[in-house]
Amino acid sequence: MTESQEYYLCMQDYYEIRWHGRGGQGAITAAKILAQAAYLEGYQGVTAAPSFGAERRGAPVSASTRISPQTIMVVSQVENPNVVIVLDHTLLKYQEVTSGLVKGGWLIVNSWRPPKELDIKGDFNIATADATGVCSSLGLAVAGLTVVNTAILGAFIRATEAVGMASIEKAIRERFSNGEVGINLAAIAQTYEITKLEKIG
Amino acid sequence: MIFVSKKKTRKASTWILDGNHAAAQGAKLSRVQVIAAYPITPQSPVTETLSEFVERRELGAQYIAVESEHSALAVCTSASMVGARTFTATSAHGLAYMHEMLHWAAGARLPVVLACVNRAIGAPWSVLNDQQDSISQRDTGWIQIYARNNQEILDSIIQAYKIAESVYIPVMVCYDGYILSHTEMPVDVPTQEDVDRFLPQYKPHTILDPANPKNYNLVTLANPRVNAEGVLCHGYMELRYLLQEALQNSRETITTVGREFGELFGRSYARMFWEDRLDDADIIIVAMGSLAMEAIVAADMLREAGHKVGILGLRVFRPFPKSDVVQALEKARLVVVFDKNISYGIEGATCSEIKSALYGSPARAVIRNFIVGLGGRDVKARELVDAVNKSLLSLKEGVLNKEYPEWICAI
Repeated sequence: MTESQEYYLCMQDYYEIRWHGRGGQGAITAAKILAQAAYLEGYQGVTAAPSFGAERRGAPVSASTRISPQTIMVVSQVENPNVVIVLDHTLLKYQEVTSGLVKGGWLIVNSWRPPKELDIKGDFNIATADATGVCSSLGLAVAGLTVVNTAILGAFIRATEAVGMASIEKAIRERFSNGEVGINLAAIAQTYEITKLEKIG
Repeated sequence: MIFVSKKKTRKASTWILDGNHAAAQGAKLSRVQVIAAYPITPQSPVTETLSEFVERRELGAQYIAVESEHSALAVCTSASMVGARTFTATSAHGLAYMHEMLHWAAGARLPVVLACVNRAIGAPWSVLNDQQDSISQRDTGWIQIYARNNQEILDSIIQAYKIAESVYIPVMVCYDGYILSHTEMPVDVPTQEDVDRFLPQYKPHTILDPANPKNYNLVTLANPRVNAEGVLCHGYMELRYLLQEALQNSRETITTVGREFGELFGRSYARMFWEDRLDDADIIIVAMGSLAMEAIVAADMLREAGHKVGILGLRVFRPFPKSDVVQALEKARLVVVFDKNISYGIEGATCSEIKSALYGSPARAVIRNFIVGLGGRDVKARELVDAVNKSLLSLKEGVLNKEYPEWICAI
């Protein structure tokens, strides 16, 4: 762990969240929704950023959300997240997905497998939820592609308890049109219910 | 760009905005009348958003699509000459392409405002952040303001109009590409009513008017010369003197406007730079733009280790706040200047300014210069800490000022 991370992670309620998905899955949108929900929750400092540079549909992309009770001064990129959220479990084969994830942090994966069966070793907690299953049964899709970016927020709330469902709901209502709100909220609630947690001892 | 909550204390709303949307909101609240721009990464969302405002009639401006950045600023310059409040935004190669018109806008003393979303310049190609683009335009006669966060982007654009229209100098509001332009954070968006009170409708001193035809910016001879009406007119050099004089005097306007802004909106911009813990500091970090935020974290860490560290975050680079900088740095024994630009063959541009300001003053600080963050290279607080520690160590070893800057990179 780096010095700045040690410095900041000793602060309570400070979250550095890194999102991994594929271009088109909505990782960046989800990073922004979470930042907004956290602000509504009462956190003074929130930031949401894409990984800088070009993005392509289908290619691995990342994004980040920072959440803090105080105004955030850090502008450099997230190096040691305490939460990593993976929208597509096939990305787990890339080392950079769990790179820097701090001890005792959370790895949250969209997968039908229980955490133990992910075959990932590390000194962090693991949460899994079959958000794809939830969203496809609800018919939550954009241009024929099931989108799990909002649903996975349910798993985030379940694992970290950093933000309440009410704030997530408000953020969803701000961002989506009336017709889209219900299905997204249902996806989040259902994913919350089915999230499986595996905490390190 | 999402509405979040109404605050009771001020009549503003807090939105979670990225830097580009903050810039677009700033231009909209300033009631700009003519917008001309050409898309370029990472600036494009600024003008896309403004074109949507115009399309939805939320902003009563003319949006003029052009074929290049040179034309964009030519349109703004011309529109400004007939008395419109104008706005454009660009980055990197776009700003370089505007270079000639930058001189033209400043030389013609037009209150144009430009948002520069700082991006590295090729070759080699890069879309990522550094400040080489706006620093390369340092000598065009524009006022340059650098924002540390998205709130400052919005606030600076509104202030920029008030400054530009008082001193008749164009203003460039610069902010870091991606680091601010594409990063969302809470921003207080003032009401139109409050902004109207701060920045009244533009009263142009119309220069070109079909009812009163005139020539303007003609070939101007070296020496003053009597015109057709027998009046002695300035030569080229006198006009240049007046531009320099206006830049020198603009310091007072910039700080007054910043203070007035603070009185109305609760965020004061009464200084040309941001100070953090300078009171007891004997080590001072100098940085400009978002890096001055990261430096706060570095100073926290260095203070924790027992060093008396403060920060001077340059906000206005042109005009350069010489005497204030001297005062701020007077007590320091070490000044570490971080530059996201390089004036090839010498050093970082802000370092040169700091050295030049301190010459002849009682300040005796040793100055170190580090080149950082070029082409989007991430700059971490711990790297700033390492640079300060390294400087302290070499100082202990008796190394005073170095001839050339050090680089935080792999070589």
